[in-house]
Amino acid sequence: MNNELLNEFTFFVLAIFVGIEVISKVPTILHTPLMSGTNAIHGIIVIGAIVIAAGANSPLTIALGLVAVILATTNVVGGFVVTDRMLEMFKGRQAPKTPAAK
Amino acid sequence: MTLVIAIAYLVAAVLFILGLKQLSSPKGARNGNFTAAAGMVIAIVATLPLLHFTTAGLIVIVVGVVIGGGVGTVGARMVKMTAIPQMVALFNGVGGGAAALVAVSELLRFGDHPPFAEAFPSVFSIVIGSISFAGSMIAFAKLQELMTGTPITYPGQQLVNGLIAAAILGFVVAVLAIASIPFSFIGLMVLALVLGVAFVLPIGGADMPVVISLLNAFTGLAVAASGFTLNNFALIVAGTLVGASGSLLTKLMSDAMGRSLGNVLFGAFGQVKTGPAAAAGGKETRSVRSASAEDLATLLAYSRRVIIVPGYGLAVAQAQHAVRDLAELLEKRGVEVNYAIHPVAGRMPGHMNVLLAEANVPYEQLKEMDEINGEFKDADVALVVGANDVVNPAARSSPGSPIFGMPILNADQAKNIVFMKRSMRPGFAGIDNDLLYDPKTIMFFGDAKDSLTKLVNAVKAA
Repeated sequence: MNNELLNEFTFFVLAIFVGIEVISKVPTILHTPLMSGTNAIHGIIVIGAIVIAAGANSPLTIALGLVAVILATTNVVGGFVVTDRMLEMFKGRQAPKTPAAK
Repeated sequence: MTLVIAIAYLVAAVLFILGLKQLSSPKGARNGNFTAAAGMVIAIVATLPLLHFTTAGLIVIVVGVVIGGGVGTVGARMVKMTAIPQMVALFNGVGGGAAALVAVSELLRFGDHPPFAEAFPSVFSIVIGSISFAGSMIAFAKLQELMTGTPITYPGQQLVNGLIAAAILGFVVAVLAIASIPFSFIGLMVLALVLGVAFVLPIGGADMPVVISLLNAFTGLAVAASGFTLNNFALIVAGTLVGASGSLLTKLMSDAMGRSLGNVLFGAFGQVKTGPAAAAGGKETRSVRSASAEDLATLLAYSRRVIIVPGYGLAVAQAQHAVRDLAELLEKRGVEVNYAIHPVAGRMPGHMNVLLAEANVPYEQLKEMDEINGEFKDADVALVVGANDVVNPAARSSPGSPIFGMPILNADQAKNIVFMKRSMRPGFAGIDNDLLYDPKTIMFFGDAKDSLTKLVNAVKAA
């Protein structure tokens, strides 16, 4: 196992623990936005799509690159926008006071 | 990897983690999304200078980003709040597809006999990414009602799925060990797509959120695997973060439904219903009580405590504003109003909170199940709007029921129960609800929005 692979594997294992730890206290109400937010984050595959598309020089690589970039960009842009749409409704929750309920 | 890129990826990774952390609390959630998006921009921009673009490559990227960005923005902006679960499924699926295609490209580049350290993650990404893509599309179709939401089952289904999985495994070994033709992965991809479809078909619409969450975690892992192939740390870290947190989220969701993940995925939920439902064939003869808007208005207006139980029917009817009007009106008359939110109300955990927040329902009135279940016995009225399964006492009392063991809201303990429903049709899980026939129960038939509007007018007059 070469050094770079070992480094990558270390990152991989540590990221598993961080990923579990960081959301362990999420309230139920945020499950949907959180799922949508993580969905946007795996849109980072857009970097991979750009990397493979950059060197495209044959019909096959052009086609693969184009489809990959379209799909990945849809994932990352759509993911963040739809998450924001959900969450903008939670803003200023404290502002409207509960009408004196008694 | 140059120093600049390494630092940029580190910053991006930190921003993703902080973003996820903020997304886990109601106050910082929106900022959390921005934080993660900032990390994404940094990671993408830092990558660009290192690349050597061919002319064709540059055009492909610009065209692809414009199309993808357009589709993503328009799709996310136009989608109705009720359709958000399937939108998330769609965005997840395309991500999985992209991960698989990236891996395919890398595999092609390596040609014959790619080194194992590159071939293994590529093959993994192709399989998992394709399963996620196909499965997400089926989940989308089921939720969008392009196909039936009920489980599609046939004899020997598990065996067939098992065989497909075994064939994939065999193919993986073949591709890794003996393949000399780079295109051998096409068969692998086809099989994985078939498995993705076959794996989601037997799962009912009510369980789709759990499946989408699982496929979300799958895509994360596929992205991480593509990161190993490309030796890209940003992909590895971000993909793994999603894979890990998505897996935990999946478990939290199935816990909220009181079922194990295995039961959700392989239980062919709803199939069991033929037993108890068939046995209860004579149920239609039982009588139900229904009332006019005026009667209900009087009941509500002179109550002290009302608990509203919103369900998916409320979301479909776009009745979240009407229900808030009713609640405000009642509060002006001194009635204490709260909303009881079941963990899986709507079609996704947290979905109902999003919808009610959209209608400016005060945050403090939304009570989670554990918080409010003790209060039903002191409530004068439990007003169930478009919900059914989440208040079905069968979950507590009849071990044969498919929803047995699911935690439910104790609406049956309220002094009166008012059901706003379109018809006597069973809920999403397809199970009859005895509570509808309870002597304390009053039915108010009709579209949730119309019914609530009538009720609002009647309360004004009362």
